[in-house]
Amino acid sequence: MKDLDLGTLISVFQEMMGPLFWLLLLVAIGGLVAFGFVFLREGKLEGARLIRSEIIGVIGGFVALAIMAWVTESGFTDAGGPVDWLLIGVIWGIGLVGVTVLAYAIQGVMTIRRS
Amino acid sequence: MSKLTPSRHSSSEKGSGGLNRRDLFKATAAGAVLASVPLAQKESQATPVKTSAHIVIAGAGAAGLSVASRLAERFDGAKITIIDARKAHYYQPGYTLVAAGLKSKGYVTSTTKDYLPSNIDLIEQAVQEFDPEGNSVTTASGQKIKYDYLVVATGMILDYAAIEGMDTDRIGQDGLGSVYHSPEKAEATWQAMSRFADEGGQGLFLRPATEMKCAGAPLKYTFITDDYLRRRGTRKKTELVYAAHNKTLFSVPIVNEKVRMLYLERDIKIIPDRVMTGIDLSRKVGVFSTPEGQEEIPYDFVNVIPPMRAPNPVRYSPLAWQTGAFAHDGWMEVDKKTLRHERFDNIWAVGDIAGVPKGKTAASVKWQVPVAVDQIVATVDGKTSDSFYNGYTSCPLITQLGRAMLVEFDYQNNLVPSFPGVIAPLEELWITWVMKTMALKPTYLSMLRGQA
Repeated sequence: MKDLDLGTLISVFQEMMGPLFWLLLLVAIGGLVAFGFVFLREGKLEGARLIRSEIIGVIGGFVALAIMAWVTESGFTDAGGPVDWLLIGVIWGIGLVGVTVLAYAIQGVMTIRRS
Repeated sequence: MSKLTPSRHSSSEKGSGGLNRRDLFKATAAGAVLASVPLAQKESQATPVKTSAHIVIAGAGAAGLSVASRLAERFDGAKITIIDARKAHYYQPGYTLVAAGLKSKGYVTSTTKDYLPSNIDLIEQAVQEFDPEGNSVTTASGQKIKYDYLVVATGMILDYAAIEGMDTDRIGQDGLGSVYHSPEKAEATWQAMSRFADEGGQGLFLRPATEMKCAGAPLKYTFITDDYLRRRGTRKKTELVYAAHNKTLFSVPIVNEKVRMLYLERDIKIIPDRVMTGIDLSRKVGVFSTPEGQEEIPYDFVNVIPPMRAPNPVRYSPLAWQTGAFAHDGWMEVDKKTLRHERFDNIWAVGDIAGVPKGKTAASVKWQVPVAVDQIVATVDGKTSDSFYNGYTSCPLITQLGRAMLVEFDYQNNLVPSFPGVIAPLEELWITWVMKTMALKPTYLSMLRGQA
């Protein structure tokens, strides 16, 4: 790809998703900020909550794969080489990490508000 | 131009028992560094060149719009006029997906005005005549427009009339398909191909002997049809025939060999040296010229691809090649590296109309436009540009639904992979399919806006 810089990437993602791109970016930043807030407030990672979040995150990974399959009218059964399995892993990983962080942050904020 | 490269991070401290607050601060700092990576400096972000020049762009397709967007950012005070009669804009790389039943015609249809910068004048008329000696173009209504610099981006014409007996109104009926014609006919072709995939019979595929848009498209559609036949269980009672215009399937030898091997594997019969000259729609027979004379090939489904030529106002103007391989169909005589006209130094050609080897694809446009724009800006500014086009073009060559090969090459038939060591150019991969279905259209639209 020629001229693959950050500006190009933002432009392409904006064309791809429209306003949803900014919404997703907002959710990602909001999730990270909330996660940071909870971590700083509690001073540690809470074990039981993290495990709960990771379980939800695993489901999130599969949802990410399902969304990709839907958007591309194809799926992981079409994988033809190592880079395809890598891509499947990356998509699953993004779904896993993203949903884990979000789930942890939401549960943490709820706990802090209750106390 | 710099590319986004991964940053190197120091490894975490030894003896760290787990994530603590200090680690998190480090991670946050790393994130902040990444977030603060400045946007690479684009030419379009360079200081605009002041000028009062009048630049006319003939044609508002992919090439014309991309040039308009970039020129509008590079000049301060220039008058830029773009001329095109067609109000609709077609995302032509998507036609194959429409004809494969994966996208509707709405996926490839929008309007020119959606992508036009506000400081550009649009004249919604066809260019009737080019007068490069008088530095003017004349529109269909007789309006004469003078220019200081001209960019020709008229695209090409599909010469269906050159195929005797062809009737584009009947595309979609009686096994007649033609993906290239228009979004509507791509959709009609899907209906005809889908019926064929249900019933089986003989499928006939071909390409013209002229220069053409995306020479991979006829090959792709053969692969896609083969896949549908297999999925619907009718492949065994079907014969697929590919009538090649010469002895090869693709002009790049290494790609040609790969496709030949895949056709062999998929049991697609290749018959070389066949050029379609006519078609009998009622008898469902294609007529081909061969070295031995005329030959008829019957079909139950056919994907007709007509000869492609320069539009008459270019073809029969002084802009066209006067001799050589590009002269017959009237492609524009430009230097293949600078895209500047060989005889008129204030004229450039971009996109399908350019008489250069290879490249009549959106990827060619994406690589040609920055070069032509740099050359134009330098000329207007009284300087020279060291920006050159190496013939780069690419084709996500679909080999079955869900997989494609990312074929990229240049004037010298070299493979020039964008992701060497990651995406192998001749490997059938899902990631290439993902790029084709997800990333290509947004990248194309960003290109029209001068952002990619």
